[in-house]
Amino acid sequence: MTMPPLANQQSPAWIEVGKLDDIPRLGSRVVRTAHGDIAVFRAADDAVFALRDHCPHRGGPLSQGIVYGRTVACPLHNWCIDLNNGQALAPDEGCTPHYPVRVEREVIYLLLQPIFTQAWVKDD
Amino acid sequence: MKQKLVLIGNGMAGVRTLEELLKLSPDAYDITVFGAEPYGNYNRILLSPVLAGEKTIDEIMLNEEHWYEDHGIALHKGKTVVEVNRGKRRVVALDGTAAEYDYLLFATGSQPLMIPVPGLELPGVLAFRDIADVDRMLDAAGSHTFAVVIGGGLLGLEAAGGLIRRGMRVTVVHREHTLMERQLDRVAGKMLQDSLEKRGIQFLMGAETTAITGNSRVQGVRFKDGSEIAADLVVMAVGIRPNIALARKSGLYCERGIVVNDTLQTFDPRVYAVGECVQHRGQVYGLVAPLFEQAKVCANHLARLGYARYQGSVSSTKLKVTGVDVFSAGDLTADAASEEIVIQDAARGVYKKLVLKDNRIRGAVLYGDTLDGGWYFDLLRANRDISDIRDHLMFGQTNLGDSGYGGENRVALMKDDAEICGCNGVCKGTIVRAISDKKLFTLEDVRAHTKASSSCGSCTALVEQILISTLGGNYSVAPKQKPLCKCTDYSHDDVRKVIREQRLTTLRAAMDYFEWRNPDGCHVCRPALNYYMLCAWPGVYKDDKQSRFINERAHANIQKDGTYSVVPRMWGGVTTSDELRAIAGVADKYKIPTIKITGGQRIDLLGVKKQDLPVVWGELNKAGLVSGHAYGKALRTVKTCVGSEWCRFGVQDSTALGIQLEKMCWGTWTPHKVKMAVSGCPRNCAEATIKDFGVVAVESGWELHVGGNGGVKVRTTDLLCHVKTGEEALEYCAAFLQLYREEARYLERTAPWIERVGLSYVKQRIVEDVNSRKALQQRFLESQKHFQVDPWAERANQGVDRHEFIPLKQVV
Repeated sequence: MTMPPLANQQSPAWIEVGKLDDIPRLGSRVVRTAHGDIAVFRAADDAVFALRDHCPHRGGPLSQGIVYGRTVACPLHNWCIDLNNGQALAPDEGCTPHYPVRVEREVIYLLLQPIFTQAWVKDD
Repeated sequence: MKQKLVLIGNGMAGVRTLEELLKLSPDAYDITVFGAEPYGNYNRILLSPVLAGEKTIDEIMLNEEHWYEDHGIALHKGKTVVEVNRGKRRVVALDGTAAEYDYLLFATGSQPLMIPVPGLELPGVLAFRDIADVDRMLDAAGSHTFAVVIGGGLLGLEAAGGLIRRGMRVTVVHREHTLMERQLDRVAGKMLQDSLEKRGIQFLMGAETTAITGNSRVQGVRFKDGSEIAADLVVMAVGIRPNIALARKSGLYCERGIVVNDTLQTFDPRVYAVGECVQHRGQVYGLVAPLFEQAKVCANHLARLGYARYQGSVSSTKLKVTGVDVFSAGDLTADAASEEIVIQDAARGVYKKLVLKDNRIRGAVLYGDTLDGGWYFDLLRANRDISDIRDHLMFGQTNLGDSGYGGENRVALMKDDAEICGCNGVCKGTIVRAISDKKLFTLEDVRAHTKASSSCGSCTALVEQILISTLGGNYSVAPKQKPLCKCTDYSHDDVRKVIREQRLTTLRAAMDYFEWRNPDGCHVCRPALNYYMLCAWPGVYKDDKQSRFINERAHANIQKDGTYSVVPRMWGGVTTSDELRAIAGVADKYKIPTIKITGGQRIDLLGVKKQDLPVVWGELNKAGLVSGHAYGKALRTVKTCVGSEWCRFGVQDSTALGIQLEKMCWGTWTPHKVKMAVSGCPRNCAEATIKDFGVVAVESGWELHVGGNGGVKVRTTDLLCHVKTGEEALEYCAAFLQLYREEARYLERTAPWIERVGLSYVKQRIVEDVNSRKALQQRFLESQKHFQVDPWAERANQGVDRHEFIPLKQVV
């Protein structure tokens, strides 16, 4: 894992993005940011994950996909992406950045600092 | 403590069983493998390409030694097991290496048959079975000239093809007068022989070998008539027989092979057997596809799941000699009750023969053009009544109007850069490389790795042909009943039946009942199950939105850039100036970039942002426009012509009937999209004969057509029947849709569904059996009471699913 240095060298703050129940189980909602959309997922067991809303294949919005286990299937061509780390499941190859999330008293907090599990080539 | 499993035989069937077992239950056993050959597990069926110089040994390895290490398997290679003590549950190899077992798996394969003639022991006389044989053939090819292959079957011809590529002068000696006489008939055998003769192989047909001559090395082969030919190398390829010496010696019950039951268990409950060494229901198998089916079942029992059952295989054969396309399946022997249909076109080098009995395909031989081999094989295995397709059966499944692969049908002759899959831009070479490099065996494997045939599917037959020509007769065909998805081994039909019988009314209940492997299911099964529930329990089942594909969840079509398209319903393709003004107004107000007329007589607004959808719908609703379901597995459009109201040729009011049909059917959920059309005269301007349900007016009433498709695979409709009134047309339409809703598999269009079940069945349910038709119609109308709700109005005006359309948060 590599963490790119922040431009302003300040550690970013956790921001509150909503309540757990704002997202349906096995569903996802989008957080809009200046640097693009982030898809926040809620699994069946209420675990929460955040990925850049951009499939490593052709850029499909992962937030619109079907969620199961720790996987989301991209709505455009059914690539399956691991919610833990943004990696495409075999045999597909590719990775989208993920974001640290925590849930406290049913409130979801996001750290707007992408983590690149794998060398990631910007494709757009 | 873990139980101990010992595998005797490090070949494809045995190791495949271990792989299947590890998938099901990775920690169930401590596993020990004995293999007589000094290698890991390799793909024996690819020895022919190795001999021909098209592949290397490394390329055909399936499991190298690190695979055994990675899975904690003890591999004793180069050690032949010579004793099995079933009392002490212990096996001993020739060098004294021993292992104890709780369960034992025999996969000892087969042995080449050697004709008992003098001279067999001479150097230069070989079988064609393993890597060592290939090495010796290659040695001979480097230093000698004359090769004689005894046996004109599959293996012998592949050996001959390889040796000629290695520069030897090759004569094939065959006892019969037809090559591959068990798979081919006389005509196809002769065509094959001609083609191989052009490659320089010589044939001695009807020749019986009586001796192999020579002193310190083979020098010739002598025949019954006293003649003799020169030979520096003799390859004996007259057949194989199950290798059961060890099993016999250890007291297991054997006939031609080790006798096993439907769970691949031998007469000793602790001993299982798979592969070429077994005899199941009186059959022994020598091709890979059946062995893989056995491996799956055996693993299921070794993992103590205990529900899989092997019921025998029907196999097909494909010759792996570069540039020759031959396909054969089933039983070609004719008897008094069977009939044959033959096409022979010598100039094109094409020959096709089907053997039929009781309107079912019993056997098929294809020479030259083998593209439809897979289709015939499916029909054969499904035991499908072909009377309703008999008139075009010989021309194949893909004879009309398919798009996307350039109409190619001779895979063996295609260049590597020929595009196979027009959707995903995949060339032949890419598929061939993936099959060899990634060790793929099935269509599903190829789809997953290359994406070929994974979109529209029109190139499926071609991809199957490439699999067959790359893997030879050992292409692993999909089982008859495919599992619904990776979460289960049950098929669509199994699951559906039980949902009804057991009154399972939630997804959870269904997944639990069938012990789904993944608790949440997956993106393949959840939409299917959700549909089956909706269809089985209208008004009772609560639609699970998270199990809907995004288009059906958002009630609009997602586009490549993540925006959506909006298509309002235009009943029968008729609109008004007010509706058009509303559409224009909404397009201006929300800056909708593209307005497009669809093929189904509607208007498509493209590039709508997701958060604008509810307001766009709200404005359209005000003008009376509702959802057109252009995004759903649902009734799409009912296309009409203007009919008798305006047209000087029209004989009935097609527009009015189209509107009535659409008013009756809108809102229904179906296994796949459904399109309809009504034409006002036989000129058929609404193109009703390529729709799922098409109506064509005639002077005396209406013709009803079903099962058409205008997409990748053009299929014209079948005529269902003729009715007199529009009311009857509506009744038949409702019954047809309900039958399709209840019996087609999810994502199966009406065209393949009808091809699968047969038009005669559909006619019987809808036309002949009046009670059945009325009951289906009733069920359809009942279910429509629950589904005719405009989803746009609910979302625009009643705040349904608000969360779907707005971001969770906007971070500045």
